[in-house]
Amino acid sequence: MILRLALHTLTRRRTRTALTVAGVAVASAMLLNMVMLGSGMRESFRGFLEQQEFSLRLSPRGTMPFDTEATVGGAAALIARLGADPAITAVSPVLGGRLVAVRQEAPAAFALGIDPAVQTDYRLESGRDIAAPDEMVANTLYLTALGAQVGDTVRVAAGYDPQMRRYAGERTLRVVGTARFVMLSGGELAAALPLATMQEMGGDARRDRVSVVLVRVADGIDVTTVAERIEANEPRLSALSTADAMRFMDERLGYFRQLAAILASVSLAVGFLLVTTLVTVSVNERLGEIAVMRAIGVARGRIVAQVMIEGVALSVVGATLGLGLGLISAQWLNGILATFPGLPAAFDFFLFEPSMAFRSLGLLIVCGIFAGVWPAWRAAALPIARTLREEAVA
Amino acid sequence: MSVVVLSARNVSRDYPVAGEPVHAVRGLSLDVHEGDWVAIVGPSGCGKSTLLNLLGAIDRPTSGTITVRGQDVARMGDAEATRFRLTGIGFVFQRFYLMPTLTAAENVELPMAEAKVPRKEREARARELLAYVGLGERTDHRPFQLSGGEQQRVAIARALANRPALILADEPTGELDARTGTEMIALFDRLNRDGTTIVTVTHDEELARSARRVVHMRDGAIVDDVTVRALRVDATSPAALA
Repeated sequence: MILRLALHTLTRRRTRTALTVAGVAVASAMLLNMVMLGSGMRESFRGFLEQQEFSLRLSPRGTMPFDTEATVGGAAALIARLGADPAITAVSPVLGGRLVAVRQEAPAAFALGIDPAVQTDYRLESGRDIAAPDEMVANTLYLTALGAQVGDTVRVAAGYDPQMRRYAGERTLRVVGTARFVMLSGGELAAALPLATMQEMGGDARRDRVSVVLVRVADGIDVTTVAERIEANEPRLSALSTADAMRFMDERLGYFRQLAAILASVSLAVGFLLVTTLVTVSVNERLGEIAVMRAIGVARGRIVAQVMIEGVALSVVGATLGLGLGLISAQWLNGILATFPGLPAAFDFFLFEPSMAFRSLGLLIVCGIFAGVWPAWRAAALPIARTLREEAVA
Repeated sequence: MSVVVLSARNVSRDYPVAGEPVHAVRGLSLDVHEGDWVAIVGPSGCGKSTLLNLLGAIDRPTSGTITVRGQDVARMGDAEATRFRLTGIGFVFQRFYLMPTLTAAENVELPMAEAKVPRKEREARARELLAYVGLGERTDHRPFQLSGGEQQRVAIARALANRPALILADEPTGELDARTGTEMIALFDRLNRDGTTIVTVTHDEELARSARRVVHMRDGAIVDDVTVRALRVDATSPAALA
């Protein structure tokens, strides 16, 4: 009966209840988005790193991988030394650079010189992988820009000097496949070719050089120990483990996550205030009714329960709608942010983790319970005789 | 000699207003017997409603004792007083005060649900009570679908739900037109003839005339207490209602 009374009370003023539920849903969606955003970038980044299956990234001392154009010389010897280390099971050298289409209007593309046997920078979408020095794979955007397709040959260069009107490191390459480059942002043109070809096209400045060397450490071996040993033996290199990269990411995202936490708290507070306001107004409108219920023998606890149920019902319905709204808005925002320059297109800003999402929505519902405490206490503590007298006078 | 259902002894109720005590009820004593129908009358502000609230344990006296069927109402804690109001007293208010979201039957069921009467039993009794007050066909109507008189009938049925020892009615015809008021009086009369003990506060002379006994209050005290039968016999009594 009390449950029915509580729910009927909410449907008494349908528009007001609907608006409050909508407000709670928006606050709940915002809370969910902030929680998803707070952990999404971090977990997405971790996913990318783990997807590469390499536990160490070696880059020129003092730099982060691909943060600068710096390279390391003596690449062949370095790779041989690393390969000889029993703690290391795979070495994947990468040289980054540009690829310019010769005598074509096509824009320059980002190019990776890789060892196709061990690379994890791209996933083949069609055709086959590189098997010979004069072969390349590219993303469809670049092939479209070149007006080429799988099987065609393209004339490309490592650079172009506009003053001398001369291409550097010209080469004819056969397109053997299309690929999706996992670490590149949406809209970025990209191609991959054998490391040796890339080094040759770069001339003296790039001969026997690499931008990054990815290292896979054997199972059961402490990655930190291997990283320290490499840094000690190769003073030109910085060894960045996945854990270090995550720490670095955490530092960079620190303010961002704080902002998300603040906005999440604001959402929670807004939800709380909305429910408190509605339930308080509802109780104030029903003082006479509540006093009569007390007069005819309804216990204080029942009155408290009725008011609390109203708050909880508003929160549960609002939070449930907010869950859907949050997921839809997160997807929409993800689509917008995916075009953010410099970030991988497949990067998820909003990562839905059921446990965290349900925990945050649970928090909102707990807030709804607390939101009902003050009006419930007020309703239960009404002086019956005085309230009835005041109602009669009113 | 019939059994005393309610006994009030030297009951006073003071309210502090702007730091000064207002004596709403002053040392009042009253006995109500089983099957009685007492109408408390008097000018506005004389303490009638305050007395009714005290008798019904929704207010506490500043001093004095009130016993209903031997239970000391004035010394009950909140939970005990709530239980007492639920099972021992039936309230009828001037403004009906039905729960607007519940049907007539659900309104009657409310005190029974609170008293943990099984669902089937309380549904049957609600139907029976609504039929008794003449609303057998309107059990599923909500208050806004009922006239004032019909709402008051539902309120009376609600008051009878837990078979209380006493019905306390505060101006039960105050919001009704003359014709509906007369119908309501007839219903109270039937209730009383059927054995229900009633104490009603009223300004309605017709209602007061219909009661078996009329208690006159002035300035928080009883100034006269007569049976209407005696009044009808003795038309020169100062308590004559006309």
